[in-house]
Amino acid sequence: MINQVAALGRIGLEVVRQYGKAGIILYRAIFRVPDIRKGFSLVVQQIYAEGVLSLLIIIVSALFIGMVVALQGYHTLSKFGASQQLGPLVALSVARELGPVVTALLFAGRAGSALAAEIGLMKATDQLSSMEMMAVDPLQRVIAPRFWGGFISMPLLTIIFNMVAIYGAYLVGVKWLGMDAGAFWSNMQSAVDFRLDILNGIYKSVVFGVVVTWIALYQGYDAVPTSAGIANATTRTVVYSSLAVLGLDFVLTAMMIGGW
Amino acid sequence: MLSQRVIETTVGLFLLAALLALITLAFKVSGLTTFFKQEGYNITAAFDDIGQLKVRGSVKIGGVTIGEVTDITIDPVSYRAVVTMRISSAVSDIPNDSSASILTAGLLGDNYIAITPMYSKEFLKNGSEIQETHSAMILEKLIGQFLFSIGHPGEKSTEGVKE
Repeated sequence: MINQVAALGRIGLEVVRQYGKAGIILYRAIFRVPDIRKGFSLVVQQIYAEGVLSLLIIIVSALFIGMVVALQGYHTLSKFGASQQLGPLVALSVARELGPVVTALLFAGRAGSALAAEIGLMKATDQLSSMEMMAVDPLQRVIAPRFWGGFISMPLLTIIFNMVAIYGAYLVGVKWLGMDAGAFWSNMQSAVDFRLDILNGIYKSVVFGVVVTWIALYQGYDAVPTSAGIANATTRTVVYSSLAVLGLDFVLTAMMIGGW
Repeated sequence: MLSQRVIETTVGLFLLAALLALITLAFKVSGLTTFFKQEGYNITAAFDDIGQLKVRGSVKIGGVTIGEVTDITIDPVSYRAVVTMRISSAVSDIPNDSSASILTAGLLGDNYIAITPMYSKEFLKNGSEIQETHSAMILEKLIGQFLFSIGHPGEKSTEGVKE
């Protein structure tokens, strides 16, 4: 009996220790920015790897999501004779929810898993330890640029997602289903507020960017240095960051609707 | 691995694309024009009941939007709602005896303020107050009055006819 209680306590302590380690990594990634000139090109490389290379999947998914929302929305709205309100429906659902959340989920799958695997492999092949031997801080040289790369890429990807999705809806609503283009845009403009809808969506994506890259970096840095360990770290990255994104989305939405 | 130069150029293009998308979202999607519409002048009007009127609700003359509600406060002495509106400076010659009423766009739409111009030769200017106001029609109150008049026939509405 007492052994089981002790085991439970051990698990609890282990969980707390994991959070502590993750927190330390985040703290160091943020505050150990290397000297600007060398660090800048590293960050640019990471924006390329995490942001630019994710563009294709983001644009294609955004186009199809916008088109599907328009199609579904049009058929439901026309039952109430309100198909003119398609513009607001698409713009609000994309800018507030779908844009930040879907981008974050895709980003976790596309860039987060790659980050975790890359850093895990660096650890397994002792690249991180050899950097330490050469008095190069791996947190500064490897973790920090990747963190900032993700932090910068995510909102940019979200903005592009929003725009492409709305144009996808325009394509279906106006070009295919024959809605009036003027009604589409003017109803959208009167319903969407820049600060409340679009900026709040971008704030969400900033938070998601921090969380997803943080989880990926921690899982990679903390991976067991074997092939199974790296596989585990990659899986956990995708699972944890998807859950974190969906959970945080609820909290952030509640805060924003509560007029925080 | 691509050269650093190519990578930097691509990232620059990525940033520009995102900036362009943000500008599109701001102007095409959210119709963000209030950054430029700071010009104009403020007038106030006190209402007994503003219903569901909200800040950023529109102010119209003859159905054309000429400004928006910028502030709603309560007057601590008379307990009337004081609504501050910013009117576009293009519309600078509203007679100062005009009346303001709160109307509803459609049956379920938002409330807005409609200004009915009168005939005075003096115009509203920054800080002036519209004297004649009509409160919002509140559907619940109307239904309540209607039910009351059904429940008590001949008490109020037909009085004049009997005499």
